[in-house]
Amino acid sequence: MLKVDVTTNSLTTSQGAGRAGDKVFSGAALTAGCLILAVLFGVALFLVVQAIPAFVAPAADIQGGQGFIAYIWPIVLGTLIAALIALVIATPVAIGVALFISHYAPRRLASGLGYVIDLLAAIPSVVYGAWGAAFLAKEIAPAYDWLANNLGWLPIFQGPASATGKTILTAGIVLSVMVLPIITSLSREIFLQTPKLHEEAALALGATRWEMIKMAVLPFGRPGIISAVMLGLGRALGETMAVALVLSSGVLTASLIQSGNQTIAAEIALNFPEASGLKVNTLIAAGLVLFVITLGVNMVARWIITKHKEFSGAN
Amino acid sequence: MSKRIDVKDLNVYYGNFLAVEGVNINIEAKSVTAFIGPSGCGKSTFLRTLNRMHEVLPGARVEGEVLLDGDNLYGPGVDPVTVRTQVGMVFQRPNPFPTMSIRDNVLAGVKLNNKKISKGEADALVEKSLRGANLWNEVKDRLEKPGSGLSGGQQQRLCIARAIAVEPQVILMDEPCSALDPISTLAVEDLINELKDQYTVVIVTHNMQQAARVSDRTAFFNIAGTGKPGKLIEFADTTTIFNNPAQKATEDYVSGRFG
Repeated sequence: MLKVDVTTNSLTTSQGAGRAGDKVFSGAALTAGCLILAVLFGVALFLVVQAIPAFVAPAADIQGGQGFIAYIWPIVLGTLIAALIALVIATPVAIGVALFISHYAPRRLASGLGYVIDLLAAIPSVVYGAWGAAFLAKEIAPAYDWLANNLGWLPIFQGPASATGKTILTAGIVLSVMVLPIITSLSREIFLQTPKLHEEAALALGATRWEMIKMAVLPFGRPGIISAVMLGLGRALGETMAVALVLSSGVLTASLIQSGNQTIAAEIALNFPEASGLKVNTLIAAGLVLFVITLGVNMVARWIITKHKEFSGAN
Repeated sequence: MSKRIDVKDLNVYYGNFLAVEGVNINIEAKSVTAFIGPSGCGKSTFLRTLNRMHEVLPGARVEGEVLLDGDNLYGPGVDPVTVRTQVGMVFQRPNPFPTMSIRDNVLAGVKLNNKKISKGEADALVEKSLRGANLWNEVKDRLEKPGSGLSGGQQQRLCIARAIAVEPQVILMDEPCSALDPISTLAVEDLINELKDQYTVVIVTHNMQQAARVSDRTAFFNIAGTGKPGKLIEFADTTTIFNNPAQKATEDYVSGRFG
């Protein structure tokens, strides 16, 4: 019988240095992952604990005197309206610009344009706010008058239009400029990754360039476009400074061209410095609501993406 | 439903680099023509000039004439999109659209240019094309499933079905079996034999046995050295090329002495 000496088995001797590096790296990765979860959990915990007094307080003590729900739902709607306006304007423009950069423009123009779009993301939001309040609102006020006169039968364009132009629509337009670079640069990256194989398959069938884009580029990029739009939505929902400066806030109004409406983030920013007692809890509870909305939006986005996984090309 | 191709003095460029020089070749209708030659000799590049796919790459261009039944593909005012509906192409790697079902993949080319067809016509066309590609029996119960879920050989036959659904005059195949296993290869080769009853087929292959098995005529391309343009060395009946070639280089290549 062959005698096996375990101590001299060359397979059992490990190479010390390589293993140590492995352990350090996996430890570092694990720590980083846990840290993110811990921070997220900490923030959520803080929000919930601080918000509870607002939820349980008697209705009369909450700002407005009607309870927390009555306080929060108009500004939730205001937030959603502003974000929706931003996305409705920004998404088609961003996809168009991204397609132009990735598939139409000559290479030198494309890279230049890409830089300019990325530069839009580098402008601080307070500058956007100042631009919106001092310039855009004034310039756009006549257009609102025109909308009120000609499309006034639509509830969203009901007159009289705000003379200052500081409306939720202006805020939405400013937000759309702010989310444009996010959606554009992500979509552009996705479009550039379209497999040449699929583009050529479409062209070889006799597709024009636009048909090739519809056939190969957009379907391939759809999950990416959805993620990009959701990231933009996240920015639009949470944007504070621009809305606080641009919007002359007030009660919930159906008309987008009158002053009124308010968003959660701007409400918190404008009121937090002077708040005390239960008012602080109310504002933090509003923050918790915003957190839940953003979380929900992201989960819906994930769900949409996974629903089409079978057709995504990843398999 | 098939046309012949005559190529006159064709030079193919990538930017300033001359990739293929001075090709003259006459490809008969309703036949299978194989292009063989060592890697980099320009046979795939030349194939892509036959449906104007070459110029999709930036800086790529050609000089000379390619006549499809007498009509110059590179004549003034000729739309490459029209050319490609007449001359279909199957690629080296199977490339069904991953976001489309099997059915939609077959119909992809037909639905272009906003052409509308009724559901009944579409169903009939899907069945006819898939039968034509010897794939119908394997996929008839899962037409709504994604094409990317098929095996490699099935995907390649799906691509052939997609190409013949638009009823082209000519089908170009760029090493259609190089990513397939032997059984799938056999299925595609059988299919090529059937396709030549209706279409003009041009196939690029690295596999000389395959060229010998499927083609009526064979063109041998070669390159003098790195950086030199590829040239058409010899073009004759497949049996002549493999048994009694006129050129020394052809004989060396088909007998396996180089390449």
